Amino acid sequence: MEKFDVIVVGAGLAGLAAAYTLACEGLEVLVLERGDYAGAKNVTGGRLYVNPVREFFPDLWAKAPLERFIANEGFTMMAAERSLSINYYGNELADEPYQSYSVLRAKFDRWLAKQAQRKGAAVVTRSRVDDVIMEAGQVKGVWAAGEELRSDVVIACDGVLSLTAEKAGLRSPGIPENYAVGLKEVIELAPELIEARFGLEGNEGAAHMFMGEVTKGMFGGGFLYTNQASLSLGIVVSIKDMMENEASLGAPVLLDNFKQRPEIARLLKGGETVEYSAHVIPEGGYKALGKLYGDGILVAGDAAGLSMNIGVTVRGMEYALASGYYAARTVMQAKELGDFSVATLKHYELLLKDSFVLKDFASFKETPRVLDNPRFFTTYPEMLGDMMKDIYAVPGGAKNRLYPTIKKYMTLREMWQMAGDVRQVMKI
Amino acid sequence: MANGRGCQAGDEDMNEVMGLKAKLGLDVFKPDKEPHIMIKPGMEKDPRLKKAMLVCPAGLYSENEKGEVELTIDGCLECGTCRMVCGAEVLDWEYPSGGAGVQFRFG
Repeated sequence: MEKFDVIVVGAGLAGLAAAYTLACEGLEVLVLERGDYAGAKNVTGGRLYVNPVREFFPDLWAKAPLERFIANEGFTMMAAERSLSINYYGNELADEPYQSYSVLRAKFDRWLAKQAQRKGAAVVTRSRVDDVIMEAGQVKGVWAAGEELRSDVVIACDGVLSLTAEKAGLRSPGIPENYAVGLKEVIELAPELIEARFGLEGNEGAAHMFMGEVTKGMFGGGFLYTNQASLSLGIVVSIKDMMENEASLGAPVLLDNFKQRPEIARLLKGGETVEYSAHVIPEGGYKALGKLYGDGILVAGDAAGLSMNIGVTVRGMEYALASGYYAARTVMQAKELGDFSVATLKHYELLLKDSFVLKDFASFKETPRVLDNPRFFTTYPEMLGDMMKDIYAVPGGAKNRLYPTIKKYMTLREMWQMAGDVRQVMKI
Repeated sequence: MANGRGCQAGDEDMNEVMGLKAKLGLDVFKPDKEPHIMIKPGMEKDPRLKKAMLVCPAGLYSENEKGEVELTIDGCLECGTCRMVCGAEVLDWEYPSGGAGVQFRFG
């Protein structure tokens, strides 16, 4: 029976980052992917922030099949009948090296798998891992389609549900509180139209978040990213909120309503939807992180819960790439020591704690609790919209002074509440 | 489920709502030998399944005239939402076997 140094479950960003790093060091790596190709099962919003992971893979970025670099950041508070947007352009966003890029995973992951293969990693597709091989409490490999595959270490990178980590006893099935679901359409649109509609030139791209009416008061929001010749449009909404909301329209209807908003529909005009996708996203933050290691096993990426929504930025892919990289470093150290037990593998958590990954999670520990406040998704977008309406309205007859016009929307009670919410937001 | 673009959904005006079926018709699905998610016998009326009807992005859960919830597996996006909502008491939940199920071309 063939034995590998490392078996990686799942050819997503965490798994491929781990495989690439290990293969560069000459370790024998087997990546098992259940899709037809790497990326076939993977979904993002999506945007990748390169800065935090640039130096981990110095040779990769120049040729990576990324879509557009993000030169314009947008944020919209959406009320039922109006909306208020901020558009941010900054010189630094348009300067190389660019901070972030829109990305389509079927293309990107397939390419990254090829880079790992070039370095010597074996990537086997159409192969679903069914169970882990456990001996005396230590993971010794996996079962895939009736085949026994052995390794010193297994790295579970099988996504947000991570059945592999579950079968290894490192986590229990997720609970709705800690997860959201994202729904997305990829809408093909001519590059000239994208550039004209979003005020872009060349390979510049736009990223836009929407908060408020999009999710009918539930935690979540809408997103829009420009790709080279398509738009990624979608919503993210809390699973728990949808379950508790009796009047909920259902996730697919929320997306359709968002698409039909006049502000959005005009951006999509003439476009053709070419794919519809959905995926659960870990959003429980620090407190919901799973166990990162066990005897003979490490967990990386979404499988470990490494994804974070702080309202203005939604991040996951760079945490996946970084955790895959650190998992690989840990395995290399374990290989040197010849010990694959928890005693050595626990070093993985220390590496993550010392890096931006768990530092970010610690910094934004309070965010999920602070943002779990329906006023951010209904009251404030409506209030802001109403204020803008009155500020811009010129009635037949005399117009009221501006200050009293705005102030009437803020009673003492509302100001008190808002002050409380602002104090909470200061914890982000 | 049709492979690739079976439906003419793309010809519709963007401002008209494209039905969920038409949207799913745009995706590439490969058939599996057996359904990878099944409602456990006796659990068909469990309230958690009613929630799944609401949250499933592919709208695959529906209620029949007997008040039982049924699941059509064709068009499953393998997102995992129903596993979160219903849990292992209600659903036998696995991923499709290797090479089967949805194959995203864009992701």
